[in-house]
Amino acid sequence: MTTARTLVRPAAARSRRRPSRTRRTVKRNLTAYGFLCGALICFAFFSWYPIVREVLLSFQKTNFVGEARWVGFDNFRTVLADPGFTDAWVNTAEFTLLALVVGYVIPFAIAIVLNELKHARAYLRFVVYLPVMLPPAVAVLLFKWFYDPGPGLFNQLLHAAHLPGLSWLDSTSTALISLVIVSTWMNLGSGTLIYLAALQSIPGELYEAAELDGAGLFRRIRHITIPQTRLILLVMLLLQIIATMQVFIEPYLLTGGGPEGSTVTVAYLMYQYAFNFTNFGGGGALGLMLMLVLMVFSAIYLRVSREEAR
Amino acid sequence: MNETRTLVSPHTLGTRRGKAIYWTTLVTIVVVFTFVFVFPLYWMVTGAMKSPDELADVPPGVFPHHFDLSGYREAWRQLDLGLYLRNTLVYAFGAWLFTMGVDVTAAYALSKLRPMFGRAVLGLMLATLMIPPMVILLPAYLTVKDLPLLHVNLLNTPWAIWLPAAANAFNIFLLKRFFDSIPTELLQAAEVDGASPARILWSVVLPVSRPILGVVSIFTIVNVWRDFVWPLLVLPDSQRKTISVAISSLAVQVPQNVLIGSLVIASVPTIVVFFVFQRHIMAGLTAGGLKG
Repeated sequence: MTTARTLVRPAAARSRRRPSRTRRTVKRNLTAYGFLCGALICFAFFSWYPIVREVLLSFQKTNFVGEARWVGFDNFRTVLADPGFTDAWVNTAEFTLLALVVGYVIPFAIAIVLNELKHARAYLRFVVYLPVMLPPAVAVLLFKWFYDPGPGLFNQLLHAAHLPGLSWLDSTSTALISLVIVSTWMNLGSGTLIYLAALQSIPGELYEAAELDGAGLFRRIRHITIPQTRLILLVMLLLQIIATMQVFIEPYLLTGGGPEGSTVTVAYLMYQYAFNFTNFGGGGALGLMLMLVLMVFSAIYLRVSREEAR
Repeated sequence: MNETRTLVSPHTLGTRRGKAIYWTTLVTIVVVFTFVFVFPLYWMVTGAMKSPDELADVPPGVFPHHFDLSGYREAWRQLDLGLYLRNTLVYAFGAWLFTMGVDVTAAYALSKLRPMFGRAVLGLMLATLMIPPMVILLPAYLTVKDLPLLHVNLLNTPWAIWLPAAANAFNIFLLKRFFDSIPTELLQAAEVDGASPARILWSVVLPVSRPILGVVSIFTIVNVWRDFVWPLLVLPDSQRKTISVAISSLAVQVPQNVLIGSLVIASVPTIVVFFVFQRHIMAGLTAGGLKG
């Protein structure tokens, strides 16, 4: 309609087109923000505001009766003076490292082997992902039963192999590794499948050429498989560090932080501060520290994944 | 399937030694995987059929003495699992509805209506992916407890699950990326016919976006079902807990076989979903990108 008019009376049309285009832009923007408002409200309340509040929280004293009070760095001083503070970080670092040693290499190795197999592929892929589908609380409680030093499955298997049983969750020396085992068991499937997809995109000619050059199996893995999947390996490394450093459900359900605080992680200590000692400021301070540490890894992750997208 | 060359050449596999190694590896892997990933589940399913005395047996029997489902029946009755399954279903389904309603419209607006500051809004949403959920657990809890400006307490209401679930930047990212790939001509044609943006979303965009909607739906529902820490905090009332939280809080009060029975019942829904949507889940895991 506008075009028809433009042809007849160009001067009048030009003067009228401008406001109509503005009006259309305004209308388009109004419609767009109409569509966006649900998300904006949800993000504002449950994502953006809590992020800001996390920072505020760590500098405040909240007692839920009156207004929150500004206390400067008091909360940080409190948690730093807590004898459990260093332990929590050491435990978290230890958990993360152990989970990497076990949970980072194994899925990649499994993926390499699975990629070579021509039979039972669907079955193997299915079973490796099966634990991932269990609700984590179920997996953790299941392993709690397996860890039972008496009739628990693990000690019975050790006895069957004529090995001495372990005290698993009840001993300071094995409790943390027991948490790592559950965590690895229930999370390893997703890594494996992601690696498998990455391996399938490696061009076969590369292996062929390497073999013609006389490269053996392990040299082919080192010089082709790993470089070709370098970025995804790096991305998964960072994601795993970020995920395992937040570990909570394993200590919460399996050990309650014990024995002798050997499985108190930072996230668990944060929970304890808030809900056992009703000190949300202290919890907030711990949360902020954890946030800063994890954001370093997140930032690296963003750079790497951007490079990957290129 | 696709016979692309992998690490080991078909030639090496064809030799007698290659074949021997291949079949040994295959059998070992199948046995080990079955033992590591399936046997624990077998132990769980049969554990619920054993009596408490039988469970305390050393060494334990590989098969239960009787085919006895009373462990499951008792779990259902003593732990009131029907109630908690229903709760979890309501939370998961509502979260799905909200996620669909909120994230799909937002992704559509950002992708196709392209408003002013759209990129900034998207950037702010994606920035939340940098913040791991655990570190804002406390402020998020305090927010739900006393919603700013409105001063409403959402604790012990389904809203505490539904609304935060919709604030999911990863969903918006996936949906927007898919919508971006829909040719603009398709939408313009509908626009020329006089269709409103809502109408275009409903009858043009959504029908062609089924694959991504499927992936987002499955992940939303499964995530609510699997979540533990958040429902533990925001649904403390014993009548409103999710099944995971309810079982873990009642674990110490019931006999061992009843507890194990409840674990089996709690995992049935997700395992069934996995059986049915296996392809979608695995495709979403790899094609949908990575998520921590």
